Amino acid sequence: MSLLLIVLLPLLGSLLPSLSSNQRRHQCALLTAAMPLIALLVTLRETPGVIAGEVPRLAFSWVPALGLDLALRLDGLSLLFVLLILGIGLLIILYARHYLSEADNMPRFYAYLMLFMTSMLGIVMADNLILLWMFWELTSLSSFLLIGFWSHQSAARKGARMALAVTGMGGLALLAGLILIGQIVGTFDMQTVLDSRDVILADPRYLPALLLILLGAFTKSAQFPFQFWLPQAMAAPTPVSAFLHSATMVKAGVFLLARLHPALAGSQEWLYLVSLTGLVTMLYGAYFALIKLDLKTILAYSTVSHLGLITMLFGLNSQMAVVAGLFHILNHATFKAALFMTAGIVDHECGTRDIRKLKGLWRYMPMTTALAAITAASMAGFPLLNGFLSKEMMLAETLETPLLGGLAWLIPVLATIGSILAAAYSLRYVRNTFFDGKPRELEKTPHEASFPMRLPVLVLAIVCIIIGLFPAFSATGILTTAADAALTMPAPELHLSIWHGFNLPLLMSAIALIGGFMVYVLRQHLFTFHRQFPSRNSLAIFEGAVQRLVRFTQWGIDTLENGSLQRYMLWVVISALAVSGMSLMGIETLKGELAVQKADPLLIVGAAITCFAGLATAFLHRRRLISLIMLSVVGLMASLAFARFSAPDLALTQLAVEVVTVILLMLALFFLPQKTPKESSASRIVRDVLLAAGFGGVVASLNYALLTRPLNSISDYFLEHSVSGGGGHNVVNVILVDFRGFDTLGEITVLCIAGIGIYKLLNRLRLFMPSSDSEGRPWSPDRYPMILASVSQSLLPMALLVSVFIFLRGHNAPGGGFIAGLVTAVALILMYIAHGVEWAQQRLSFQYQPIAVSGVAIATLTGVGSWAFGYPFLTSAFGHFHIPLIGDVELATAMLFDLGVYLTVVGATLMILANLGKVTTSHRPSKQKEKA
Amino acid sequence: MEALFATTTGILAASGLYLALRGRTFPVVVGLTLLSYAVNLFLFSTGGLTTDGAAVISDDASKYADPLPQALVLTAIVIGFAMTAFSVILAMRVRGDVGSDHVNGNRVDEPREDKS
Repeated sequence: MSLLLIVLLPLLGSLLPSLSSNQRRHQCALLTAAMPLIALLVTLRETPGVIAGEVPRLAFSWVPALGLDLALRLDGLSLLFVLLILGIGLLIILYARHYLSEADNMPRFYAYLMLFMTSMLGIVMADNLILLWMFWELTSLSSFLLIGFWSHQSAARKGARMALAVTGMGGLALLAGLILIGQIVGTFDMQTVLDSRDVILADPRYLPALLLILLGAFTKSAQFPFQFWLPQAMAAPTPVSAFLHSATMVKAGVFLLARLHPALAGSQEWLYLVSLTGLVTMLYGAYFALIKLDLKTILAYSTVSHLGLITMLFGLNSQMAVVAGLFHILNHATFKAALFMTAGIVDHECGTRDIRKLKGLWRYMPMTTALAAITAASMAGFPLLNGFLSKEMMLAETLETPLLGGLAWLIPVLATIGSILAAAYSLRYVRNTFFDGKPRELEKTPHEASFPMRLPVLVLAIVCIIIGLFPAFSATGILTTAADAALTMPAPELHLSIWHGFNLPLLMSAIALIGGFMVYVLRQHLFTFHRQFPSRNSLAIFEGAVQRLVRFTQWGIDTLENGSLQRYMLWVVISALAVSGMSLMGIETLKGELAVQKADPLLIVGAAITCFAGLATAFLHRRRLISLIMLSVVGLMASLAFARFSAPDLALTQLAVEVVTVILLMLALFFLPQKTPKESSASRIVRDVLLAAGFGGVVASLNYALLTRPLNSISDYFLEHSVSGGGGHNVVNVILVDFRGFDTLGEITVLCIAGIGIYKLLNRLRLFMPSSDSEGRPWSPDRYPMILASVSQSLLPMALLVSVFIFLRGHNAPGGGFIAGLVTAVALILMYIAHGVEWAQQRLSFQYQPIAVSGVAIATLTGVGSWAFGYPFLTSAFGHFHIPLIGDVELATAMLFDLGVYLTVVGATLMILANLGKVTTSHRPSKQKEKA
Repeated sequence: MEALFATTTGILAASGLYLALRGRTFPVVVGLTLLSYAVNLFLFSTGGLTTDGAAVISDDASKYADPLPQALVLTAIVIGFAMTAFSVILAMRVRGDVGSDHVNGNRVDEPREDKS
């Protein structure tokens, strides 16, 4: 449980600062510090056990289907990092309290910082690959917030964006790599993965997995060629840089290398990829750290260089090198955090970080000078400090490597060159800032920083000295435990001491220090040499690349999505043709094995009429009314076809819908132009005709192929169980209201929504009302013909009776809620047509929206009702009752459901048509009225 | 009979698609309606073309038409109507607000054929 506390307390801590206000800064900092402090105490309580060899673990199942568990562990490697994160994190909280100005929103800053701390702790303690990745991405996101904290600065925004883009993309690659590993091993559990090195290395997927994982680790740890984001991230407030780029964010990458070392290392691929990348990065970073002019940028490049060093050590496939790498992680975190803080102090007190303006600050800030000198000496690898120890171990390891075979001597030489450069830039950092004359062009007179601001640096400097002086006492324990965990076996025995006697590594260290001094003295020649290269701004290059990408995608969007419906239709149809055409080509013969039925003359005539009407609808489309009439012929013929092929329910529905559709389209046509202008170009028409013909051909072939093949339908189940299970003889209706009642519920909901949508669309619609037809003839003065009026009135009760009949018998004979609803709707619409909207509304004085909605409600409630009896949603029950005169009537809950369907259909249909009719008549310029 | 049915479906689909590719709203709506007839016939035929099948379950019926496509098509017809209604009224609204009945919202000069 304590493991969960360590991770979650800082998360809780991200909420606490917001309890405090920006004015009460002490309170805010204290509130923030409380949670990590408790977490640190919890960790310290666990520490003796972990050093003794225990590995506390904790696992909850989270998303078992994805193999994701909330699993945490605290082994030696985790412990080392947890102590670094929490320890340095607490110092940063103190430092930031005095660094941030009044204008900065302190609670927000602390909240981001705590969020970042949680995600970092999550990475190092995760015991599940996917969980690790999740926290990994969280660090990318929260570091984006931190780097871009001063969001009013363009550099901060761009730097944050760049960091997010690079590390975020690396994170995606990492996910892919981890999933591959998970597939190779069969689980995402960390321990199982770490124990399956042989399986992983033997798998053909090893190389892609390794490449993807390394991509993630290298982007995070700013390894060449992804180093460019780190210097840009220096736009962040200095406490952020001190935390992210010393102990945490960039260390996540090397942590991953250490964590997965037991599972992935040992191969030639690992050796070359990791160690050479590290070596190149080390030299690249060291060179630029010597060249740059901004204090923080110098430190950023030196961080890149040191990360390269650590990466190289992990790549060497040697156990001792792993120990050296871990030791350097610890040492680098201490001296680099301290150095960043001194840079922040200088910036804070002098208002600039430009190394050309800063000189001789020791007069103003002697304490800071001393601290910066100590920590920079550690960075340079000066004896008696911790940096010296790990650097010497590194140099010793490069002498042993099998890398490059016969050219293996190159590695220690290059490592020594890297160390020379490190010594040179460390010297430059201290001497050019704090010594060497007097400051020039400073905006304000610098003075020593306040004690609380210096305190964190002091603590870290003391740690540097203690580890440097007493390594065996202070570091061996934690380091051995961490190495045990990183190697999943007992680490080689570690003899940390300042003095190993005269040997080659010592000589290399001496060369590094002396060489560094000489390079520093001769640095002007180097600068002159470097000026020959054109300066390249990585931010501008990156932004340019992003801009080009955006322009390219914008071009893609503009080309594909140009706002033309015709274009979209074209793409949809072409894709549909391609897909179905392909599958049609896949079958051997179009005709299947079923025998073909003979066509009778009546059928041929019907088909001919349908085809003719369909083609006429298309070819006469510019004369819209004729086209519409042709359309209605097709609809009628479809209805007849349904009747012919034993589907009376469909025939009835199609007939009723046909009537409603034609009325609707006629009404709409009243407001739209009566004729379509001739505007399609000849080539467009040819294209469309070809496309339509191709489409028709594919549809016909598909249909024919389907019809001539035996089908394996699930309908037998419905036919068998319709009477026994649904209590109805009309299988279609039973399917609608019982077997597949949930589908129907969805469909009537859609119907109701469409009705309401149309109601809103028609709201306040003002349209031009033609007062004559297209040939200029006025409308007939007899608006409501007498015959139609009287016939429709006498028809109404009949029609309603019929609809009730159809409704009631629907369960056992053709009919049902849909059809009955349509019949009712048609009868009512006839009243509107015959008498006009005003007349009908006076007599039918109810709103249709509530009817449709209550229909859906009844259907839903019927379904819910079955819960009351302990059955699943929409379970039906039925019984037969004998009612005098009417006969045997079956009452089923399905009938109640059907009533809902009925009401929805009536309500929605009338909502559509009656509202449209209202637009027609409310302010129609009638000739009659003009006369009157 | 199958070939006849398939041909009819194909011709209806082709006519509907041709109309749906036109530039004015009304032909597009008519085309979509025609297309939905074709699709309904197609869907219906997936259960096979049964002549003289019994509509309801009874003991003396020898064969039944496949009820499942029928149920699907029945709701499809009603939903199709809702869709037609929605699109045609959307077209009217667009004409009221934009002043054009072109599907791309182009403001083309309408021939004022409906001048009084």
